[in-house]
Amino acid sequence: MARMKFLCDADRCIECNACVTACKNEHDVPWGINRRRVVTLNDGKPGERSISMACMHCTDAPCAAVCPVNCFYTTADAVVLHSKELCIGCGYCFYACPFGAPQYPRVSNFGTRGKMDKCTYCAGGPLADGSAAEYASYGANRLAEGKLPLCAEMCSTKALLAGDSDMIATIYKERVLKRGYGSGAWGWQTAYKETIAI
Amino acid sequence: MRFSLRSLVATFAVAMALFAAVPAFAQQPSSVNPTASAVQERQLLDALRAGTPGQGTTLSGRITIPDASAGNLIQPQGQAWRVFHQGAMHWIGAIAILGMLVLLVVFYMTRGRIMIEAGRSGATILRFSTFERFIHWLTAGCFIILALSGLNVTFGKFVLAPLFGEDAFAAMSQWAKYAHNFLAWPFMLGLVFMFVTWVVHNLPDSTDVNWIKKGGGLVGSEHPPAKKFNAGQKVIFWSVIIGGGLLSLSGVYLLFPEWAGGVLALQFWNIIHGIVAVLLIAAMIAHIYIGSIGMEGAADAMTSGEVDLNWAKEHHSLWVEEKMGKGSIHPHAAAQPAE
Ligand code: HEM
Ligand code: SF4
Ligand code: SF4
Repeated sequence: MARMKFLCDADRCIECNACVTACKNEHDVPWGINRRRVVTLNDGKPGERSISMACMHCTDAPCAAVCPVNCFYTTADAVVLHSKELCIGCGYCFYACPFGAPQYPRVSNFGTRGKMDKCTYCAGGPLADGSAAEYASYGANRLAEGKLPLCAEMCSTKALLAGDSDMIATIYKERVLKRGYGSGAWGWQTAYKETIAI
Repeated sequence: MRFSLRSLVATFAVAMALFAAVPAFAQQPSSVNPTASAVQERQLLDALRAGTPGQGTTLSGRITIPDASAGNLIQPQGQAWRVFHQGAMHWIGAIAILGMLVLLVVFYMTRGRIMIEAGRSGATILRFSTFERFIHWLTAGCFIILALSGLNVTFGKFVLAPLFGEDAFAAMSQWAKYAHNFLAWPFMLGLVFMFVTWVVHNLPDSTDVNWIKKGGGLVGSEHPPAKKFNAGQKVIFWSVIIGGGLLSLSGVYLLFPEWAGGVLALQFWNIIHGIVAVLLIAAMIAHIYIGSIGMEGAADAMTSGEVDLNWAKEHHSLWVEEKMGKGSIHPHAAAQPAE
């Protein structure tokens, strides 16, 4: 089985936000929630880099460890998913996540954040693959159709890579060696306790 | 990745060199070396871990989304909070609560129930008015449900989920969460009332010093004089006021995340909330013990409000003297035979 990951090659990302838009559209993500976002570091300075970030589908995921109702599960492809049926909206996964991935539909509403929402790696949720109910709660299930996450698939500069860890790491490594520079596999050290050795 | 002082110094030197070199690159674009000029994740993370001044605690940048906190790219502290919450928090909770239970069992077996030495007199004296009893039970009732629903968040998935199954446990936890969120308000109201009503009787004074020196009558059989509240009860009062106050403050931040100002603050308030909660629960278990099975006649104070005169004389001699003067003894109110 594959070990699915995201990798954003910041030396290619042009901050077009198409991944953000594609994600919102593909999954009908509600107002106020962005499963993916693009952050620009050192904005306006030489060496500025933009990084597209979503849930990293961590190894030994912190969100899953702290959830008081055990609503997370890791798929055979190592994608971290959760059940909105079980979620009580306590906010703990958000406290634990190093990437700010978990979000809530009613943040400002006293005591009832609502069901947590985050990137599903386009892999839906615990409901029947491809069902209308699954779409309503979690969005499209592209993985079940044999497709990769849409954000990475439509990235115009191919900065955002999705796929098996070894495969995308090899692609990134080749790029770095060929062009002679690379700012790193953003988030990997934090999410997987290892990064790509070049 | 091991971290040595030398690599720290090197990182810092590189960072400083970069910082100094930046304007030069800006003026001479032809000499740009993308590797050297680009922000490097490795460097930034190392600087975060080393707590390099000016680096803050978060890798963050500019974002086009109106929610500024979305500009936080990486905040590794969540992992430390996870380690606390799934580790130390469990130990602190288990030791505080189970430790207190063990202590009380040992105390009960060695000291036994503290009896009214002179036996019941049959005459009673009003210890707590209806209003005082109302605010006590308002706060206590809310506290018990807050404690149980809170502990469910900490321990439920280990203790209850295997019994009920995941679905029933999640449904129950949802209700527990609503109970926790809504009963927090009457609890806070009760705290305010208790503070206003009882604070004058809970200011420490010289009788407390003597009471503590004599072991409060808990060890030994002597009953040191006490006013309306003895030093032990004052400790309970202030634990509730201070502990409850901290729980209210931290809890309100958890309820209204936007007031806390970011995820790091929420982690902090959660830690405060969790630790104070289990400590206060332990203190309340002791309080419940001594107010019920631990001491004959004590529970009357918070049920009917009328305590036996002999009980009052033994435990709150100075208070009784003061009341006697005002003639608040009810000789026939609870005419039961002495035990
Ligand atoms: C006074 C007002 C209080 C407020 C506003 C409050 C609010 C909260 C909130 C929002 C949480 C997060 C979990 C959830 O959403 O259910 C929580 C957790 C918790 N609360 Fe409270 N609470 C209050 C009082 C108390 C009291 C009196 C106790 C017990 C004595 C208590 C014990 C706990 C515990 C044990 C947790 C779980 C801590 C953890 O494992 O992280 N709370 N509280
Ligand atoms: S990025 Fe956050 S939400 Fe995603 S698996 Fe890691 S901890 Fe969980
Ligand atoms: S918000 Fe939901 S998914 Fe996140 S920790 Fe709480 S119950 Fe679990």
